[in-house]
Amino acid sequence: MAALKIKKGATSHSAYNLRPNFSDVVEKHTLAVLVENEPGALARVIGLFSGRGYNIDSLTVAEVDHTGHLSRITIVTSGTPQVIEQIKAQVGRIVPVHEVHDLTVEGPSVERELAMFKVVCKGEHRVEALRLADIFRVNVVDSTLESFVFEITGAPEKIDAFAELMRPLGLVDVARTGVAALARGI
Amino acid sequence: MKRQMTGAKMIVQALIDQGVDTVFGYPGGAVLPIYDEVFQQNSIKHVLVRHEQGAVHAAEGYARSTGKPGVVLVTSGPGATNAVTGLTDALLDSIPLVVLTGQVPTFMIGSDAFQEADTVGITRPCTKHNWLVKETDNLGATLHEAFHVATHGRPGPVLIDIPKDVQFATGHYESPKPSTSRYQPQVKGDMAEITELVAAMETAKRPIFYTGGGVINSGPAASQLLCELVEATGFPITSTLMGLGAYPASGDKWLGMLGMHGLYEANMAMHDCDLMINIGARFDDRITGVIDSFSPKSTKAHIDIDPSSINKVIRIDIPIVGDVGHVLEDLLKVWKSRGRKTNSEGLAKWWSKIEEWRAKDCLKFTQSGKVIKPQYALSRLEALTKDHDRYITTEVGQHQMWAAQYLNFEEPNRWMTSGGLGTMGYGFPASIGVQMAHPESLVINVAGEASWLMNMQEMGTAMQFGLPVKQFILNNERLGMVRQWQELLHGERYSQSWSEALPDFVKLAEAFGAKGIICSDPDDLDDAIMEMINYDGPVIFDCLVEKHENCFPMIPSGKAHNEMLLPGDHETQGVIDAKGSVLV
Repeated sequence: MAALKIKKGATSHSAYNLRPNFSDVVEKHTLAVLVENEPGALARVIGLFSGRGYNIDSLTVAEVDHTGHLSRITIVTSGTPQVIEQIKAQVGRIVPVHEVHDLTVEGPSVERELAMFKVVCKGEHRVEALRLADIFRVNVVDSTLESFVFEITGAPEKIDAFAELMRPLGLVDVARTGVAALARGI
Repeated sequence: MKRQMTGAKMIVQALIDQGVDTVFGYPGGAVLPIYDEVFQQNSIKHVLVRHEQGAVHAAEGYARSTGKPGVVLVTSGPGATNAVTGLTDALLDSIPLVVLTGQVPTFMIGSDAFQEADTVGITRPCTKHNWLVKETDNLGATLHEAFHVATHGRPGPVLIDIPKDVQFATGHYESPKPSTSRYQPQVKGDMAEITELVAAMETAKRPIFYTGGGVINSGPAASQLLCELVEATGFPITSTLMGLGAYPASGDKWLGMLGMHGLYEANMAMHDCDLMINIGARFDDRITGVIDSFSPKSTKAHIDIDPSSINKVIRIDIPIVGDVGHVLEDLLKVWKSRGRKTNSEGLAKWWSKIEEWRAKDCLKFTQSGKVIKPQYALSRLEALTKDHDRYITTEVGQHQMWAAQYLNFEEPNRWMTSGGLGTMGYGFPASIGVQMAHPESLVINVAGEASWLMNMQEMGTAMQFGLPVKQFILNNERLGMVRQWQELLHGERYSQSWSEALPDFVKLAEAFGAKGIICSDPDDLDDAIMEMINYDGPVIFDCLVEKHENCFPMIPSGKAHNEMLLPGDHETQGVIDAKGSVLV
């Protein structure tokens, strides 16, 4: 599948690959959407997903260009290749959307997520939690005699793995930011 | 040139600068400053409707019959929520509208103020785009952008929500400039794809053009190019409900409408073709029948300005994103430059096959006895009005399908119907909008009695503005299409699908000061229709028709194009299986 690059006003006419395969295999894709930072922009994108029955596995949004009034929405979604293409086309035609990039097919990309874990434990468990935190290069951002708050940054799989390790040690609370992603290289 | 003026004045000025001559609306508290400006000018006619839904449908009728955007002005809260059906209708049928709604003042937004509704929130999924303008300085530019967005790319309705304090405040206004908008959808198709389509056209043995509303939205030039292409290639052409008139019904390449109630020859040709060229249509489920069996042997090309239409439901082999007019121009150029080739041997065989299907004469009916058949009523309406400068609108249901089957359209923009949303109550207000745009023309709304009652309050509008709209009601005292489905699907249990306590339509017309005509005898029909045509004013024509007529041909839900029910297929029980019965 060729790279998706819907850039409104661009001269390239094959806006994206319009010949997807119609397989039933559900794929996970990370989309980066550059959208005008105006009221309701996020609601338009989210409303589209719920209205048309698409999945959102993860979503992050923040302004990335203050002078250009642009926000970047990173959406991890899953669907068959046809559905993924349809999502990109539907998002691409939202009026304030500037660009839609499918980072999963446009070449190598890097994905990161930040999470915080509150672990309540004593004795051996406390030592073990700290040792694992060290292995995962996790920061301790808060500590009491009976608890830690760990801060971890990494690929979502790494965060999942750390969460699984913390669960038997006394994991009581989790906050995750969702995925932020960029294409590698220039 | 920048000028200082109030927001309310700015709105009227922007409409004038955008070339608007007619606004459909209804006043209320949150738009009083705008109405005050409307009062003090003579450039724009304001059509006072009797319900905001009527305003939006009227604007749709205006837009579809002129190619210009329709403009609506309504108040906050209920004014805006009443407009929602019309907005959704326009979104599904790609009709350009600019809808202005009043809003409570900015400092009261969010306080559950009187007549406050989250209008941009409510209308976000049913507009192409919408705006809440909080600064008077931004109002002019937003209005100009709204017209640009509504009319560029795939057309659609846009809405601007304007708080009352923004209307009172003073700000800078600038006249529209040649578009500086960032929103510039591509209109030229990819030449490589167009060439690939030409190559496929050169060799195809069984080609077909399948055209839709996109041809009409692209403008009259696109329809002309389509006709040139059809005549030059000799390929057969069929069209969706929305595309009727782009190619003249009198043309010998015309197969008639396709789809659920389309013609036998059109659907059979779609099923058996080896090259399908979709021009500005969207593979709606009324068209495709069951997807798995849809035209199994064909290479499919799709020309559409909206990339999301391509591969949405049907897998496309040759996708071309672009405006129909631009793409057809290039397509013709390339086809001509390569020597105007077609597979004449294959085409001759294809046409002889099509003639076999045509010989079935699937719209055949027999008018006998003293009860008017709805098909007969429309055949006579067609015969007696076809030479007029005529515009047709419809409501939704059996009468709509019969109108599409038995009325012929020779030009685009002559046929206004609610296709995608299927909005009962569309046709009457739409006919008002059409008549406003074409005061000298014959405007007929082909209606069912149940649909017509849904927006009958617009009789007041027709009378107030002296609009001689003809309401041709096929009265079967039933929700005919619902009844037909209950017959096919629900063991003839006709739950709630009859029209009881109907008004006396003649007296109803007279109560409004209009003319009422009732006709129940086929022998009187011609005279009655002539009386309707010749009356200079609104007419309600109560045409009492056969109550249990089914609309055929029909592709039952869950079936393929080559599994149609035809008139005379009296065994209708059990034709739809369990899988088909969940479909609508």
